[in-house]
Amino acid sequence: MAPTARPTVTAPLSPHLQVYRWTWTMAMSVFHRITGTALYGGTALVAIWLVALAAGPAAYGWVAGFFGSVFGKLVLFAYTWVLLHHMLGGLRHFIWDVGHGFDRERRMWLARGTLIGSVILTVLIWALALVIR
Amino acid sequence: MAEFALPKNSQVTEGKTWPRPAGANNLQEFRIYRWNPDDGKNPRVDTYQVDRDDCGPMVLDALLWIKSKVDSTLVFRRSCREGICGSCAMNIEGQNALACTMGIDECQEHAKGKKTGAVRIYPLPHMPVLKDLVPDLTNFFAQHASVEPWLQTETPAPEGEWKQTPEDRAQLDGLYECILCACCTTSCPSYWWNGDRFLGPAALLQAYRWLIDSRDENTGERLDALHDPFRLYRCHTIMNCANACPKSLNPAKAIAEIKKMMVAREV
Repeated sequence: MAPTARPTVTAPLSPHLQVYRWTWTMAMSVFHRITGTALYGGTALVAIWLVALAAGPAAYGWVAGFFGSVFGKLVLFAYTWVLLHHMLGGLRHFIWDVGHGFDRERRMWLARGTLIGSVILTVLIWALALVIR
Repeated sequence: MAEFALPKNSQVTEGKTWPRPAGANNLQEFRIYRWNPDDGKNPRVDTYQVDRDDCGPMVLDALLWIKSKVDSTLVFRRSCREGICGSCAMNIEGQNALACTMGIDECQEHAKGKKTGAVRIYPLPHMPVLKDLVPDLTNFFAQHASVEPWLQTETPAPEGEWKQTPEDRAQLDGLYECILCACCTTSCPSYWWNGDRFLGPAALLQAYRWLIDSRDENTGERLDALHDPFRLYRCHTIMNCANACPKSLNPAKAIAEIKKMMVAREV
């Protein structure tokens, strides 16, 4: 007997992000991407501040007023964390790129350290800034 | 480009709840991905109850128990049942593993706080499904073949075997044990988004196995073949590969060593 013709079906794609369990290294990789993209915005803040500085007292006063407001400070606080998180992430990648820190404990510690370190450093920098001001 | 959501035909629906085995009082629930190419429907997740008192300790034991006692239509690959053939690789409780070496209790400990919940089993992630837990690994094996995983030499073959010092041989430890089960490659988000061009952790670990072999004389050409923004450099050290490997190998480290060899030959 001739084999019966099977209907042509498109094979489904098996679930991926929907089912995969998150790990620290996976999460910090995503954070590194997100913070890296957010830094475009952060650099724009620096550029706005510099342009205002060059444009004269009126423009500078307006921008300084914004950065000095509660909302402005929140934005700058977030920018500090984003910058530090991305910097520590970069150091983590540097350690891996020279071939160290690959065993289970070390790689998980490095990933956790990126998040914990960035939070601690951000708080420290702001505490220092508010004290010496 | 990364496509985070599943295509329409791949979205998983609620499936059938199979009857509890009669007279059992140590039940474990399993929720298993099903897809049948013949019925034209979307994939679904079926619920089964396994009698732990009548079943071995491993996830594969439970699958075999279901297949022989509850639902003979459940399809999965298996062969050696001792972690050397690599056939029964699948996604168990959110992590890729071999069903035969993953204990039913163990996989739940991994998923913290879900000790009494169901064991959820899916095919290896982001792969075309042939049926139920069986993915299409054609591309995976083609990528392995593309790294030319055999000894390549210029010098005439010696009388006996190609010799190597114990130290040189030790360089292959942690590499030669790879069983090509695809747990690592299909755990890698970079491979999910760029699997058509990125070779993935398994093929790259195999590539390094030949790059570091003291007897191989084709190192330069092997590195040339990998010198590509996608084939090698789509690895972003996400480390899912090293977490998933059922043989406790470290593909991420092997890939980092290849990247170091790339730099070393330039300086």
